[in-house]
Amino acid sequence: MIGASTEVLGFPILSALVILPLVGSIVVALLGKTRAAWAKLAALTSSVTTGALSLWLLGAFRSGDAGFQFVSNHPWIAQWGISWHLGVDGISLFLVVLAGILFPLVIVGIDPHHNETSYFAWMLLLQAGVMGSFMALDLFLFFVMFEIVLVPMYFLIGGWGYDQRVYAATKFFLYTMAGSAFMLVGIIATVSLARHDLGYVTFDVVKIAEGATFSTNAARWLFVSFAIAFAVKVPLFPVHTWLPDAHTQASTGGSVILAGVLLKMGTYGFLRFGVYLFPQAAMWARPVLFTLAVVGVIYGAIVATMQRDLKRLVAYSSVAHLGFIVLGTFALSSQAVTGAVVQMVNHGVSTGALFLLVGMIYERRHTREISELRGIQHAAPLFAAIFTVVMLSSVGLPGLNGFVGEFLILIGSFESARWWTIVATVGVVLAALYLLWAYQRVFHGEPDEANSSFKEINAKEGMLMAVFVGVIVFTGVYPKPVLERIEPSVNSFIEHVESRTR
Amino acid sequence: MLNLLWLIPLLPLAGALLNIAAGRKLGDPRSGWLATSATLISFLTTVLAYFELLGRQAEKRSHVETLFSWLPVGSLQVDFALLADPLSITMSLFVTGVSTLIHLYAIGYMHGDAKFSKFFIYLNLFVFSMLMLVLGENLLVTFLGWEGVGACSYLLISFWHTRNSAAVAGKKAFVTNRIGDFGVMIAMFLAFSHVGSLSYGAINEAAHAGELAAVSATAIALLLFVGACGKSAQLPLYFWLPDAMEGPTPVSALIHAATMVTSGVFLLTRINPVLHVSYAWVSTTVAVVGAATALFAATIAVSQNDIKRVLAYSTVSQLGLMFLAIGSGAYVAAIFHMVTHAFFKALLFLGSGSVIHGMHHEQDMRKMGALRKVMPITGFTFIIGWLAIAGVPPFAGFWSKDEILLYVFAKSPVLYVVGIVTALLTAYYMTRQVIMVFYGKARWRDHGDEHGAHGDFTPHESPRVMLMPLVVLSVLSVVGGAMQLPFSKDLHFLEHWLAPVVEESEAHIGKTWAYQNKYLLLLLAVAVATAGIVLALAVYAKAKLKVVEPKVLEQAWHYDGAVARVVAGPGAATFNLIAWFDANIVDGIVNGVGQVVRSVAGSLRKAQSGFVRVYALLISIGAVVILGWLLLRGVVL
Repeated sequence: MIGASTEVLGFPILSALVILPLVGSIVVALLGKTRAAWAKLAALTSSVTTGALSLWLLGAFRSGDAGFQFVSNHPWIAQWGISWHLGVDGISLFLVVLAGILFPLVIVGIDPHHNETSYFAWMLLLQAGVMGSFMALDLFLFFVMFEIVLVPMYFLIGGWGYDQRVYAATKFFLYTMAGSAFMLVGIIATVSLARHDLGYVTFDVVKIAEGATFSTNAARWLFVSFAIAFAVKVPLFPVHTWLPDAHTQASTGGSVILAGVLLKMGTYGFLRFGVYLFPQAAMWARPVLFTLAVVGVIYGAIVATMQRDLKRLVAYSSVAHLGFIVLGTFALSSQAVTGAVVQMVNHGVSTGALFLLVGMIYERRHTREISELRGIQHAAPLFAAIFTVVMLSSVGLPGLNGFVGEFLILIGSFESARWWTIVATVGVVLAALYLLWAYQRVFHGEPDEANSSFKEINAKEGMLMAVFVGVIVFTGVYPKPVLERIEPSVNSFIEHVESRTR
Repeated sequence: MLNLLWLIPLLPLAGALLNIAAGRKLGDPRSGWLATSATLISFLTTVLAYFELLGRQAEKRSHVETLFSWLPVGSLQVDFALLADPLSITMSLFVTGVSTLIHLYAIGYMHGDAKFSKFFIYLNLFVFSMLMLVLGENLLVTFLGWEGVGACSYLLISFWHTRNSAAVAGKKAFVTNRIGDFGVMIAMFLAFSHVGSLSYGAINEAAHAGELAAVSATAIALLLFVGACGKSAQLPLYFWLPDAMEGPTPVSALIHAATMVTSGVFLLTRINPVLHVSYAWVSTTVAVVGAATALFAATIAVSQNDIKRVLAYSTVSQLGLMFLAIGSGAYVAAIFHMVTHAFFKALLFLGSGSVIHGMHHEQDMRKMGALRKVMPITGFTFIIGWLAIAGVPPFAGFWSKDEILLYVFAKSPVLYVVGIVTALLTAYYMTRQVIMVFYGKARWRDHGDEHGAHGDFTPHESPRVMLMPLVVLSVLSVVGGAMQLPFSKDLHFLEHWLAPVVEESEAHIGKTWAYQNKYLLLLLAVAVATAGIVLALAVYAKAKLKVVEPKVLEQAWHYDGAVARVVAGPGAATFNLIAWFDANIVDGIVNGVGQVVRSVAGSLRKAQSGFVRVYALLISIGAVVILGWLLLRGVVL
């Protein structure tokens, strides 16, 4: 992260990745009432273009480079040291690409059923916020983006969700707000304390991280204030209970985005802000975070096993999977942190795909209750086959994407967090238990009347899932292109932490 | 030629992919022929690789073929690489060979099944995974295959997924295997931590050079043994295997008898230098677990009435013998028995499948009898399999079992007694099975109606495509022992072949009492086998002795039931308690806080229920205001 390279580009691609969906959102909202068809077209165009840009970004990214690329740095509120500072490095690259691709897939692939234009407008606003959060290198900008995300997500859950959607949306909103209140205080304090070292006021993350030294005590308080916000967002045990409600009540599109990219704002935040700004405090807090992460892995898996609602089950599996990521983040070895970043992306792909499939089940059967479902494999073998691949990816089968991140995290954490790692590895056993048991109850057996007419996957759904299955297999078999882009940034990140904690 | 090593696993993978693309179009039986050809060509390629290695000097019989860099992160550099050496090629030979035969057989067995082509996709994928397992140059590639065979096993056990028992058995197998995989994963972490590599070459070299401390070696070996216990169905993790018989019989023959379940034995042989430098009690543990499992499973087999379950317990028992061999430092004997066992156990399973096929899916031996008359070829080949497993000379099983027992005696006479009692029981229960199925009264006449055939029901012989593999396997079960005959050093072909891999760790028993009296032990083994057979004849054929089939043995010493009760009882209760804790305590506190806040700000309750949008908007506006205010203060300060 040292030596952020400022690129003179003819085209400010990172700004475009934020502004394009933002403009799209406004256009869709304005067109919404009168010209629904045009609005839909605008939503498609905006999201697909953003997706294409993110893929171009992936192609243009220089893989040996550890620093920030495509940097866009303009003074915004100059007297407060606030700037429009965006940059992408190996740690954020794939999250940006994931957000770039997932949104058009959701917008194209999932029918919201009612109030389409406002749904699309919120989706695009959400995408702008997520993109901004993953690229922001300015604390103020980050906070704004981090908070912007809440509003569309709130409306997406509350407006297009199921029976308990209002309760779930409110819980999501208040919980996350409460968390970010701590962060806000933390940001203000960080900036004002950093001023003493730097001699000027700045919200720039890189400048603060490289230039400012905080007293041990201050750094700990600051770290904790950031950590609370991120812990809620991840979510870490015991502040996770908003997640199953939000997931269960959100519409399919909402769940896919929530699991796919939103939760990563927490794990990413830990890396980019928590550990990067306060390395010593992060080392100090390590045992607690290791413990919470590992408790999440085991606890999430156990609670997932006992769920009766298929969507809740997948939601709890997220708690378990994200526990691995936090473990890897704080283990601070090359393998563990790289694994954590890989796992962020892979969890987005696998769990996103699982939510899509559960959504398809709901579309057909109008229920998520496991006990209402049975024998689906008999009625829809292709659907079952796709579900199996995604399930095995989530279980962490070698050769599929889920294994790569999980294995790297565990093998990389073994040195610095031996016993935690051993306990976390038990989670790998439990993952097989809850998913296979659910699969058995939902897909195996003789279908009863309601389930025997379960429709096979259609062409549109099939194409949508083909993208996911393709990524799942490719990343599992040949992760090198992914790893070699992430690793340099991770290594310089670790060097930074080590230089500060030595 | 060895640089084309990747063809060996690639061919079955290509077969699977082709069948995924076109299997339904090809249909029954052509998709089966496609899969069989893929495996056959893979076998032929392995034969070429074998001769290539054979042509080299013994110490140069090792070739690493790196395909691409798989997981390169920092100091961890894992290649997707294959290793051809005498051990991996031996494994590949019998895996591809037996697989080809079983594929062929399955064309007949699965004929008419609605999911015919899907079966062959899974079967091909299994062979691919198994080959990755044995050809892997490092622990991670092996682990890829290891998990892959587990997944295929899961898919194939629950192949007839509308049957609840099949679905349960598949899940049970996968989850139990995963418990073992936990051990393998931690072993990999340890290996990386202490050796800095997952490559077998590096790990074994470190052990050889004394760079791997005994305590680390012990931990790695023990953890890999935990994995082996899961995969190879040893105590205390054996209980998934008998249930795995829910799968179609070719699956039982291929995965749950000949190949996959021997992976644990292979893995320990692969890392034998590590086992060698670990504390001595590790080997003893392996031997004791193996011996206990061998005896335990053999006693259960005595009381089983399901034709396949007898063979399943017998497999558990024979695998126990292989671990007993490993623990006694008899690596060559373990591999020897693994290969001969693959021949005769595949033969017996396929024979039982032929019987089940002919009996219209009847598996209860009490409803069989005198089948040799209506199924002559199945009967004849099954009898050869029986003689081989019972330890009758000169059939294959006799030589390999004898070799193991020889080494076991040198290690510990107590374990030898366990081994010889197991041998006695094996001869006994297998004779019982042969009598119940192929001799005696034709009891199927009384049960005709149950098989869906009204009136006259006559079991029929299986089609030729199923009989051909039986004949080939029975020939192999007769002559398989020729790989390693005890009479002269020159006849120890397998030992010389495997020497570069296991030489150092192999126990040296030349000067022991057992070795000097090996012909005496040989005779004793023959006597024991004969005794077992005679005893079973007296009980089941001549009815001279009363039938002794205690319920406790039929119920597998209540072990499986006890495990099930713990899982369903305290296990489920704990899980439920934690789920309750989450829903009521953790979330309860959250909602409680919410309630308090709401009742304090009573007027907001209306907004909560009615004006959600306004409410949220207010919050966001509030947030912005607070933000601005704090910001101002923060900067001004």
